[in-house]
Order: sequence, then C-alpha cells, then structure tokens
Amino acid sequence: MSTLLELRGVEARYGPIKALHGVSLTVSEGEIVALLGANGAGKTTTLRAVSGTVRHSGGEVVFAGKQLVSGRPDAVARAGIAHVPEGRGLFAQLSVWENLRMGAYVRGERRTLRQEAPRVCQYFPWLERRRDQQAGTLSGGEQQMLALARALVGRPRLLMLDEPSLGLAPTIVQEIFRIVKQCNADDGLAVLVVEQNANVALDAAARAYVLEVGQVAIEGESAELRRHEGIRKSYLGY
Amino acid sequence: MPLPLAFIWSEFAQQVTGGLAAGAIYASLALALVLIYQTTNVVNFAQGEMATFTTYIAWTMMKHGVSYWPAFVLTLLIAFGGGVAVERVLIRPVEHRPEIVIVILTIGMLITINGLTGWIWGAEVKAFDSPFPNRSLVLGNVSISIQDIGTFGVCLGTVAVLWLFFRFTTLGLAMRSVAFNPDASRLMGVRVGWMLALGWGLAAALGSVAGMMAAPTVFLDPDMMLVVLIYAFAAAVLGGIDSPVGAVVGGLLLGVVINLLGSYVSFVGQELRLPTALAVLLLVLVIRPTGLFGRVVVQRV
Ligand SMILES: Nc1ncnc2c1ncn2[C@@H]1O[C@H](COP(=O)(O)OP(=O)(O)OP(=O)(O)O)[C@@H](O)[C@H]1O
Ligand SMILES: [Mg+2]
Repeated sequence: MSTLLELRGVEARYGPIKALHGVSLTVSEGEIVALLGANGAGKTTTLRAVSGTVRHSGGEVVFAGKQLVSGRPDAVARAGIAHVPEGRGLFAQLSVWENLRMGAYVRGERRTLRQEAPRVCQYFPWLERRRDQQAGTLSGGEQQMLALARALVGRPRLLMLDEPSLGLAPTIVQEIFRIVKQCNADDGLAVLVVEQNANVALDAAARAYVLEVGQVAIEGESAELRRHEGIRKSYLGY
Repeated sequence: MPLPLAFIWSEFAQQVTGGLAAGAIYASLALALVLIYQTTNVVNFAQGEMATFTTYIAWTMMKHGVSYWPAFVLTLLIAFGGGVAVERVLIRPVEHRPEIVIVILTIGMLITINGLTGWIWGAEVKAFDSPFPNRSLVLGNVSISIQDIGTFGVCLGTVAVLWLFFRFTTLGLAMRSVAFNPDASRLMGVRVGWMLALGWGLAAALGSVAGMMAAPTVFLDPDMMLVVLIYAFAAAVLGGIDSPVGAVVGGLLLGVVINLLGSYVSFVGQELRLPTALAVLLLVLVIRPTGLFGRVVVQRV
C-alpha cells in the first residue's frame, strides 16, 4: 500500500508553548490509523497541523505526494482531507440539510450532493427525515453523526476524526465506528482517528501511534499494542 | 358622517405609503449594515457615504446620456466592485485588530469619501432623476404617489433578490456559513476571505440602490445620506443588529411611524422627526435589548 499522508518531524506551537516536538507518522491508502495519548499530549494539535488550522513551525506534511501549505485549511480540504474537529464544527444555526450541503461544497455543492447524499443517507436514514431541523438542536449523538455525514458527503480521501466518542453512549460509539469501518471497506477511505477510548479505536484501526508530550512514544499494529503492558495499564484499563 | 371619516382615511393611507417608501430606503441601507456586521463584525459607518458616492456615479452617467435603468445597473456593478475592493484593501489588514481600530477606520472612510465626493462633484445640491412618473394612482379617494410605489418596489425587490441568493445558491449558503462559523467554513473548503469581500460588495450594491432611490426626494449632495444612515442604524438596532429580517422590518416600521408621528402629533412636525425616531429606538432597546428580532441562539453543547 502506498503512503497517503506523511508527517515528518512536525512541530507546532501556540505562542510560546510548544505543543508538538517533531511528530512523524504515516497513513497509507485505505488504512485506518488510531492516534492515542493522554490529555494534552498533542493529538488534537497533530490533526490541526495536518488540516492547517494551526501552522506547523517545523517539519513537513505530505499528502498524496504533495507538501501541504501550512495555515490554509480551505486548500487542505480541497486536496481531499476532511477534518471533523474537536467540538464537531457544525453550523448550529443552519439546518441539517444545509450542513450536508456545506460538506459537499468542497467538490461543487450541487453535483456532489446529488451524487453522494443517497449513499450517506444509507448510513444515516434519519438525516432525510430531519433535514430541516436546526443542527444546534440535535442531540449530542446526532450532532456527531451529522458531522461524520457532512465529512463523508465531500468524498474525502482521508478522514480525520477528533474523539468521535466523546460524551456519547456506547451503542452510538459502536454505530459510528461501524460506519467508519464500512466506508473504509467499501470505498478505501483512509482514516486517522484520535481517541481516548483506546478499546474502540484499536478495534477499528490496523495500526496506532501513542503520543506523549508532543512526540510519538510508541507505534505498532493494533494487536501488538493491545499486548503492550504500558498501553494496557494506561489506556485499556486492565 | 361619512365624509370627514373618508378624508381622514385617505390622508392616513397616503402617510403610510409615503412612510413605507422612505422605510424601504432605510431598510435597504440597514440590511447593508447588517450584512457587513454579520460577516465581518464591522459596523460600517461609511455605508451611507459609499452609497452617496455611487449615486453621483449614476448621476454622471445619466448626464452623459446613459438612460436611467442601464445607469442603475452599471452603478450596482461598480458599487459591488468598489465594496469588494474596500474590503480587500482597507478592511482586511485590520481584520484581527481591536474593534475600536476598525470603527475608527470606517469613520475615517466616511470623512474621506464625503470629502472626495465634494471635491469631485462640488458641494452644490443637484437634482437627480426619478425613473417613475410624477403622478398619483387614485384608488377610490386614496391617492398614492407612483414614486412611492416604485421606490418601495425597487428596494424590496432588491432585498428579495438578495434573500433568494442567500437561501438558494451555493455561494449564498457559503456566505451564511462564514457568518456563523468561519473556522468550520474553512474546513469545508470555503475561501473565507473572498466571502467577506463578497459581503462588502453586496452591501455596497444594496447601499447604492438606497442612494439612487433616496436622491430624487432628498436631492443629490455630498451629505444626503447622513440622516438616512442614522435612520438605517436605528432600524438595524431596532430589528436586532444580527437579524436581516429585523433590519428590513425595522426600516419599514421606522419609516411609517416617523411619517405618522410627523403628521398626526403636532409637536413632532418636521423638525423633531429624527430625535423622535431615536427616542423610539431607545425605548425599544430598554424594553428589548436584543431588538425586536434579535434572538438568543439555540445551541446544545
Ligand atoms: N489554543 C491553545 N492555546 C494554547 N495552548 C494550547 C492551545 N490548544 C492546545 N494547547 C496546548 O497544547 C498542548 C496539546 O494540546 P492538544 O489539544 O493537542 O492535546 P490533546 O492530546 O488533544 O488533549 P485532549 O485529549 O485533552 O484533547 C497542551 O499542552 C495544550 O495545553
Ligand atoms: Mg484533543
């Protein structure tokens, strides 16, 4: 499998605070990769450095053979990366359907929506019934699903999810990961997922990276990491 | 006694239609203010002067033989381009500066454009053609000026076109999304900077409609939009500065109320219209600080 995304020694800072001290990782075409780590380890910042919502102050991010420009999220989105950020980034005042339309914007709204909405609505049949509801009034689980659906409508090559399980009931978490795996299997969608819930993440992912204070501390196949004593104690709870 | 009653009704209807025509002009300019405030969070004090400047451009074209409606459309396009340019060149560099810096900038623009207008076209008052006949439409014993109907129609027609644009086009949706959440819009691939510029362009075009509709009655002079701008501010705040519908309803309401107060409350008359409008405004704000249509956003975390 060829490499789709590669981070080489990526550094990022918030003012004087350095959040990433040289992160290197890869995601291959059609692969699901998990990014684990304690609070404040730099998981969110890593995704943001890829999508360009923070500038990286060192290293480089290469996507599909091209270097991504730092600090241009709109260009990164057009290159084929969908980032569902922490907090989901929905348009609370727009309707469910308008949020989906925004997801299709990146590839030409009308044509893309016509082509992709039926596929996405197979995963989330309730979207069509609730199309006129204001997104801000959806439940937390529905909002997370809408954020995922909106990302999928744009048919990205790489999907980046930041803690999709946060605050959601286990069944909904299962459902979300089931859909992500389905898209991965059906369309070869590559996924980079940040999770606190290491169990679910390692189930879905083929490989994983563990971040500690802004650097990759451990990496390996999911099965291998499950057996790793440090990870079992810190992230899996047994 | 049917006769006096009929007389009062026709008088009343005339005042209301006159108020609606003036109100439609306030509404257009108020909507322009809201458009810019919603997308860039800037209170554009120069909105009126930008409108005046473009109205002079229309006047110049007509003086050189261009007929009214072609000049009208060309002026809209020029205003649009000018608005885009103002955002790109003047507003963009101060985008992330404190609000007071931007306020001072737009006040500076107000003074500069006002001076520039006087310098180019002179300070003397000029007549500006109206595209509508100077006659009245008589329905029963009510006579309504065709000018008023036309002004109302053009202003609200422009507002309706804008509404359709925001509601049904991809670009309109993207502009709304930028107003609500610029960061999330960027993640959707939206070029946010250009959407802001587009917002300024549309606002400038809308303002030029207000200018060209106001000019036949207030006459063309460099200060002609000052009072209109104050009414537009009042309308925008009345409706809730974050509500486009509020701005339009606020403008119409203000136009009608001022006209009625001016003609039926003897002490208001002509001179006290502006202070009265502002008093009404203050009263509304004391009772409803978010304006009539401003709302608390429904949002779950
Ligand atoms: N906007 C910001 N301003 C200043 N510092 C920040 C900002 N965002 C993050 N940081 C700091 O950068 C470091 C990495 O934060 P980041 O959000 O990437 O961690 P995380 O691994 O996603 O944590 P969590 O699991 O709690 O979401 C932390 O020390 C954090 O305090
Ligand atoms: Mg995080």
